Amino acid sequence: MPLTAHLQAAEDIEHVRPGLLQSPFYSRISELNLNQQWIEWNGYASAVYYADAHLEYFATRNTCAVFDVSPMRKYRFKGADVEAMLDRMVTRDVSAQALHTVAYNVWCTDAGRVVDDGTLFRLADDEFMVCCADPCFDWFQLSAVGFEHVEITDISDELAALALQGPTSCALLKAMGFTGIEQCKPFQIVAFPYADGEITISRTGYTGDLGYELWLEPRHALQLWDELFSKGKLYGIQPLGDESLDMARLEAGFLAPDVDFHGSLHTVDLHNDHSPLELGLGWIINFKKSHFNGRAALLEAKESGNYRRLLKLDIEGNKPAVNSILYSNKKCTQEIGYVTSAMWSPVVKANIAYGLVDGKYVDSEIWAEVYYEKELRWHRNVARCTRVTRPFWSPERARATPPPDC
Amino acid sequence: MSKQYDVIIIGGGHNGLACAGYLAKAGRKVMVLEAAAQLGGLGATREFAPDFCASVAHTLPQLTGRLVEDLELQRHGFSLAQESLATVAMSDSGAHITVANGELHGAPAGDTAAYPDYLQRMNKFAAAINSFWHKRPPMAGSGGLQDITTLGQFAWKLRALGKEDMREMMRMITLPARDLMDEHFDSELLKAALSWDANVGSKLAPRSPNNAVLPLLYRMSGDFGGELPLPAGGVGGLIDALAASASSKGAELRTGCAVTRVIVDGSQATGVELANGELFCAHTIVSNADPKTSFFKLLGAKHLETQFTHRINRLRTDGFVAKLHLGLDELPDFTGLATPGDRMILAPSMQAIENAYDYAKYGDFAEELPMEVVVPTVHDNSLAPRGKHVLSAQVQYAPYNLKGGWEAQRERFLDNALNTLERYAPGIRSQVVATELLTPVDLEQQFRVTGGHWHHAEFAIDNWWMNRPTYGASQYKTPVPGFYLCGAGAHPGGGIMGAAGANAARAILEEK
Repeated sequence: MPLTAHLQAAEDIEHVRPGLLQSPFYSRISELNLNQQWIEWNGYASAVYYADAHLEYFATRNTCAVFDVSPMRKYRFKGADVEAMLDRMVTRDVSAQALHTVAYNVWCTDAGRVVDDGTLFRLADDEFMVCCADPCFDWFQLSAVGFEHVEITDISDELAALALQGPTSCALLKAMGFTGIEQCKPFQIVAFPYADGEITISRTGYTGDLGYELWLEPRHALQLWDELFSKGKLYGIQPLGDESLDMARLEAGFLAPDVDFHGSLHTVDLHNDHSPLELGLGWIINFKKSHFNGRAALLEAKESGNYRRLLKLDIEGNKPAVNSILYSNKKCTQEIGYVTSAMWSPVVKANIAYGLVDGKYVDSEIWAEVYYEKELRWHRNVARCTRVTRPFWSPERARATPPPDC
Repeated sequence: MSKQYDVIIIGGGHNGLACAGYLAKAGRKVMVLEAAAQLGGLGATREFAPDFCASVAHTLPQLTGRLVEDLELQRHGFSLAQESLATVAMSDSGAHITVANGELHGAPAGDTAAYPDYLQRMNKFAAAINSFWHKRPPMAGSGGLQDITTLGQFAWKLRALGKEDMREMMRMITLPARDLMDEHFDSELLKAALSWDANVGSKLAPRSPNNAVLPLLYRMSGDFGGELPLPAGGVGGLIDALAASASSKGAELRTGCAVTRVIVDGSQATGVELANGELFCAHTIVSNADPKTSFFKLLGAKHLETQFTHRINRLRTDGFVAKLHLGLDELPDFTGLATPGDRMILAPSMQAIENAYDYAKYGDFAEELPMEVVVPTVHDNSLAPRGKHVLSAQVQYAPYNLKGGWEAQRERFLDNALNTLERYAPGIRSQVVATELLTPVDLEQQFRVTGGHWHHAEFAIDNWWMNRPTYGASQYKTPVPGFYLCGAGAHPGGGIMGAAGANAARAILEEK
């Protein structure tokens, strides 16, 4: 008897998604993405770059640029026990977070290892929104076990979002009619009527420069994009792709998930995850507040001092120390860590990197073994690294209220 | 007003009272707070109808001489109504098989011949792990001397069984009851009775893998009286003695005091609050309540770690046994039995038990309900008026989550149970003058035990020893300093044994 197999076409199977999903801004960003260079972010198409990554990058530092953050995962937390539940989940004091503000946060496993980081928006006494780069619904549900009045909803697809970043961003928003936006302080949230709905603007971002994130219903997405780009011409607006955003965030001292750290729930080998102390997030761990997850483990680690440090490094020369191994001596006999992110910073004019270094070598000399290529020929260079304690790029305008020229 | 105690024990069940007894004996200032009007929890002897008394637990297979001696329970009034009950595999035709004193009576010749070997092997296994019921479980990877010693002793005890028996134990420990029985016996009736203790109390049946041998060995852990001692005055007789012992050593026992929460100051448990707002402080707070009640209702998730909380939340706590108490106006007449003075297992075959379980798995119950029956009044006239009797039965399977709810179907369940009884003791229905049916939901409501589960959380290999109730709380202390567990949800588990309470007391005394 002949054997026949009838295969169902992938597009007929409901749960198999036909390729990349399209964000509410897709028709506009696709048109601008000249070479159709995309990466996948939470299932959505996200531009690698539009026309020229350097041009886009310079827009974040000199004019303004727009990044489509719609693929970001957004969760609404609502209910009487939400404050207590989130306070137990994250390392900062949620009970002290003011209404209509945003706080950068990190949440850890019982063992004090980072699950993920993200921003916590306080929208009401009993309502919050958490934004993070990767899906975290599972963890949030686990974190809600034992709290009666907590309702968690994945609202990722209910909100379109754009990051407008750069020195002219405030002026552009003002010109678009968002009067009073110049009074919005860093990490504050303001809302404006928009079309027949509302737009929420938070003074937040991932570039370390003056900037805002704009949140609105998907049905108004294209209208917002078009207004930004028509009004924005005078303000030097550019679309911003992943490559240039990654440059800006490194200068600003921000971490990239799955680059600088792995979420603890996604690592296989022990110790391939991280404590927030290692990642330089000690400043957002509040040991004085009530109990939070991982507290005992973190306190123990902090007191022992025995943990790796993700250091900001200024490296000799101009060859980016991509993937370099770090040593405590120029002869490279004592290995002490490795580089997680590295670049030549055009705005700081320095060869910068993050290096994850063993605790006991933090104060020793640090040398990077840099490999670089010229016309397919590889060279090796051992470059001295200097620790930098502040973000590489942190302009005054990012903190000023009102921002300059507004 | 707040009064200072060394230890406050929440819950006056037998484990709470045993814990109190040991701590008071060591000189600690102890107070026990029991929410109900009567001490004892599922062990309390209660008047379920005028002049008819029974306790939910009815026999004491796991009671040890050590507990009785340490707490001088006999001096405080504890005694047995009967040293040891036989187990009778009941046949509705009257062709019963009796298991008593290590022998079978009425069984086919092959089974009778096979039984001593089976029993010898089980006794050997039981002896290998017996001492560990009464020790704090080790914590893997702690590096502590005591933990390493306990683990080492455990490995040695297994090895000392000899190569063949050790291999057999490793093989048998994960067998379903049905395979275990089929390997040794032929009689369906006998196999049903001998497999009974492997599953009763859990969401398990003869075909369920992974869990037959351990509960059987657990049931063999007692050494007071005989294999199945029947306490005088119901299990409440033991409770009264435990209470009297603890009181005599200075422990303060209060009933009618429902604790609403444990007070946590900083990260330390420092006291309790009662329903009436009264506060009490102590260095050590011990919970005799089940793990879910202890951690969620009394302590609160906000004081605990997420993954730990999740493990507690995932504990299987749905009860599957109903308790039936009947007041009878004369001694029931079971076909083929001179006197119903022993433990009777009403289950014709393992398949019959399995069938009843199949209903319960899907939220229903069977028409023919397997059960374990004891008529304690044959040996003890304190539980009913002269000439009248009490029948005490554990009836399987009664799912906690019954489709449509228990209120609507309680009568049908009772009817099925009585019909099953009637088949073995014709005419018993007409002798009934008082009835109490306690479904898992009733047990939960009346005895404050989540899911109405006997063991507070399923007794199973995945939830045993260093995993009971879960790692992080398996050594009686919990992640919150000053807060301890001493109930059936802690090692070694449920059954009237007092070992969890005694082990917890020892752990607390070692702390400081």
